[in-house]
Order: sequence, then C-alpha cells, then structure tokens
Amino acid sequence: MNSNLKEQELIKGLSVNDKNAIEAIYKDNYGIIQSLILNNNGTEDDAKDIFQEALIVLYEKAKSGVFELNCQVKTYLYSVSKRLWLKRLQKNSRYELQSNGLEETVYVEEDLGAHEKRNNELGMMEHAMANVGEPCKSLLEAYYIHKQNMQEIAEAFGYTNSDNAKNQKYKCLIRLRKLFFAQYKNGNK
Amino acid sequence: MNDIRLLEMVERYLQGELSEEEKILFQELRRTHPDVDQLVVEHHFFINQMERFEQDKQYRSSLEDAHNKLVAEGKIKKFGGNKLIYLWNRSRKTIAVAASIAGITALIISGMITSLTPKTDKAQIENLGRKIDILEKNQNHTRRELTDVKNKIEIPGIPAKFGGTGFLIDAKGYLVTNAHVVSKAEKVTVQSKSGVELSAVTIFSDDSLDIAILKIGDSLYKPLNALPYTINKKSVVDLAEPIFTLGYPREEIVYGEGYLSAKTGFNGDSLTCQISISANPGNSGGPVINKDGEIIGILSTRQTSAEGVVFAIKSKNIYKALDELKKDSANLHIKLPSTSTIKNIGRTQQVKKIEECVFMVKGY
Repeated sequence: MNSNLKEQELIKGLSVNDKNAIEAIYKDNYGIIQSLILNNNGTEDDAKDIFQEALIVLYEKAKSGVFELNCQVKTYLYSVSKRLWLKRLQKNSRYELQSNGLEETVYVEEDLGAHEKRNNELGMMEHAMANVGEPCKSLLEAYYIHKQNMQEIAEAFGYTNSDNAKNQKYKCLIRLRKLFFAQYKNGNK
Repeated sequence: MNDIRLLEMVERYLQGELSEEEKILFQELRRTHPDVDQLVVEHHFFINQMERFEQDKQYRSSLEDAHNKLVAEGKIKKFGGNKLIYLWNRSRKTIAVAASIAGITALIISGMITSLTPKTDKAQIENLGRKIDILEKNQNHTRRELTDVKNKIEIPGIPAKFGGTGFLIDAKGYLVTNAHVVSKAEKVTVQSKSGVELSAVTIFSDDSLDIAILKIGDSLYKPLNALPYTINKKSVVDLAEPIFTLGYPREEIVYGEGYLSAKTGFNGDSLTCQISISANPGNSGGPVINKDGEIIGILSTRQTSAEGVVFAIKSKNIYKALDELKKDSANLHIKLPSTSTIKNIGRTQQVKKIEECVFMVKGY
C-alpha cells in the first residue's frame, strides 16, 4: 500500500516535469532496462534511447490523467521498453528477443499506438517550426511558449509598437499553421 | 488582412479575452459559419500541439539532465552492473566471427561428406506435410478402426492424418503432390476449392524425388477442358525470379508470393531450388508458379534452422517421375499441358484460373 502511494506520487510528479520524481523513477528503473537492451544486441546509447522513450510514453499517459496504476511502474516501463526494442530489432530485421522470462509484462499496445501517433504529430510540428524561418520562429516561441506579452516582444524584436508586433505574429502564425496542416492533412488521409 | 483579424478573434476567444458583447457576436458568427467553427476547433488543436511540442522538448531535456546527473553521481552504473555481461556483449561480435569461421569449416567438411553420400540431413529440414494427428498409427485399435472405415466407402468427418496440397497435371484428374504427404496414408482424398472431397489413389510415389502422382477416381470429379498453366521442362531457373504459390496450410486456399533465392536446394541439392516465401505445413506439394503462369516447381520442405528458407522440387522432375511411371504402366496416357492460357493476364485473373486446379490432399 505504502509503495503504491509512493508510486502515485512519483507519477504525479512525472506528469508535471518534476525533477526529483524523474530522477527517482530513472534511478529505480534504468538498470533493468539497460540489461534488457545490452543482453539483446543493444548498446548503452540504445538503452538510454529506449528507456527515455518509455518514460515519455509513461509521461504522456500520466499527463492524460487517465492513468490507473494497475501495475507497477517498473512492469509498465519494462513492457514498453521491450516492445519498443523489439520493434527496432524488427526494423533491422533481427527478430528474437532473449529475456529470462521471469519479468512480468503487461499489455501496452494501445499506449504505444497512441504514442506513435503523438510522436508523428510532434514531428510535424518540429518540421513546421524548422521551416517557418526567422524571425517567425523566435517570435512565435516568445509569445506561445515563453508567454511574453506583445509589449515585451515589440521591444525585444525591435518593432515600433505592439500592434506591429502583433500583426507580424499573426502573419507568422498563419505560415506555421499552413506548414503544419499541409503535413497533417496528408498524414491523415 | 481579414484572415489575420479572424484568427486574432479566434485566438482571443480561445483565451477567454473577448468581452461579453464580443463573445455573443462571435458565437453567433460561429453558429452561422461552419468554416469559422471549423477554424476554432482547428486552432484549438493547433495551439495544443504547439504546447505539447514544447512540453515534450522540455521533458526530454529533463530526462537527459537526470541521466547525466545520475551517471555523474554513480547512481546508475554504466555497464548494467555486471562487467562480465558487458565484456561478453562487447566481444560477442568477435566471438561470433570466430564461431562462424568454425561453422563454415564444419559446413565445408559436412558439405564434402554429403557430396560423397548424397543424402539429405533429415534432422535439419522439415517436411511441410501437415501432420494433423500425432497419434501413431500402429496402435492396433486405430488400425482396426481405419480398416473398418476403409471398407465402408467414405465417411466424412474423420480427421485426416496428413495433409498437403496437390495440383492437376492432366485435366483428366491426375495430380502431383509430395511423396511425403501421402506416403504414410492408407487412403487419400483430395478436396477442391469449393470443398468437394473426392477419393483418389496414389499411382506413383518416389521418395527420393519426393513426388507422388495421384489419380482422382471419383465419379463426382468433373474434368476441366484444359489446364491454364504449363509445366516448365527446363532445368535452369533464374535467380530473383518472382514466384507465387497456392496451397492449403489451412482449410482455405491461401496465396503466397516470393522469389527464387538460390538455384540449388538444401546442401547444394540440384533436384531442388531454394525459394523465399512464407510457407507453412500444408503448403507441401503446392505449385510454384512464375509470372508467365508456368509451373517451375513443387513446394516441398523448409529449413527448420532458418526463417523463410523453403525448398521446391524443380518441375523437370515431374517429367522424370512420369517417365518412371510410364515404364511400369505402358498404356497410361498422361498428357502434360502444353500451352499456358494465363501468360499475359493480371495476377488475380491468373490465380482465379489456377485455383480450380489446386487441391487439398488428405491422407488417412
């Protein structure tokens, strides 16, 4: 019961990007995933990649608020990592995965499907952001991400007044939207 | 300019910055203009995506920080805690190379041995015959039952003991399949695509060629006018040639595609060739057909130690088998099809025609 409560706390921390929670989960689970990957033709970098990807899946699930802890965090991360690594091995056309069969796994296919879709969409945003050009990129980030107001932005970017900055921001926004939705509509056909 | 004003309005609406009055107006606009409504939904999604993108980026960098910090503090070990495993993994490649050199040497030696005694290593290959029932037949009880059954003409519903695939080589009702599909059977039936089960007799079987010829001896069988395919007589096959097969790995006819991957079969066996196709027990005896609708082989075995490695008996061996058969029974007239009627038509049409000539072979 106690450990269950603690896990709930950790997951809550994870969902708000709390450094201590991340470190705790990282420390407790990295070893087992690392040995899984190292024992199956992976390198340390692979282990790190896969483990972090699994943590992102957990993060997305925690953030969506529907995460019910029906298994231990360790089991969940192990299951996700195993699937992810298997997928990567299959991509490189190696099939079998050795594990000592003692570790418990849970069904994670749905979560991974959702994760893949999200990753795909994030990739589209990344691509759109990379192609929108400067000063648009910085301008949009300043407004939408760093939540600066128009007055601050006008000063930082050298616009004569906040209305000019606002106009420029919307022009950039329209471009970014175009770039993003062009891919999005293609990807969802 | 208009676009910008509209987008600004949408954004302010989403951020809850509109005054009561503006809000009512905007909601009215949204209600009457589906494209505005669409824009609101779309933009809401878009803003979420942007935020998510940023959160993801931040989270990834937190993970990176955590990793570096824990490594620096020695709280996660670099080599999974077990140096030996790490060393083993690191040197695995070298060991693998050494092992494969040893393996190759062993293969060469065994290859030399097998070339002197041309006998297939049965342990390494597996017949694709579908062994439906693993019970040994030699139990007296079963045997009695079987003889009983054999005496009555036909009782459908008894589970078949062996199964495979066969295909017509003469429209009069002559089929080819693998010898291993029917060799242990006391009674053979063939089942057409439509599910009609017809009794058949094995009129020829050669274990070294692994070819058996069956004759459908059932009045229910309606002979076709002509077979759509021809049977290739040449002994050369072309690497990478695309091929397909039809067979009965289950109760329904199944189509599979692949290519010719080696001109010889297991351990350099020249009677067979190697194809790359997904085949399952039950595909045994099925035709291997090229794009021109020529049968170039009979699917027979697969290597158990490798995935997707399947061997097919070259089609010229069908001619060989027929010659053997004719020696024994002179007044037998089997005429192999001489013209292909499916040479230049699409694959689905080809398959439709060929399907009629491919049967499930069941041994009891």
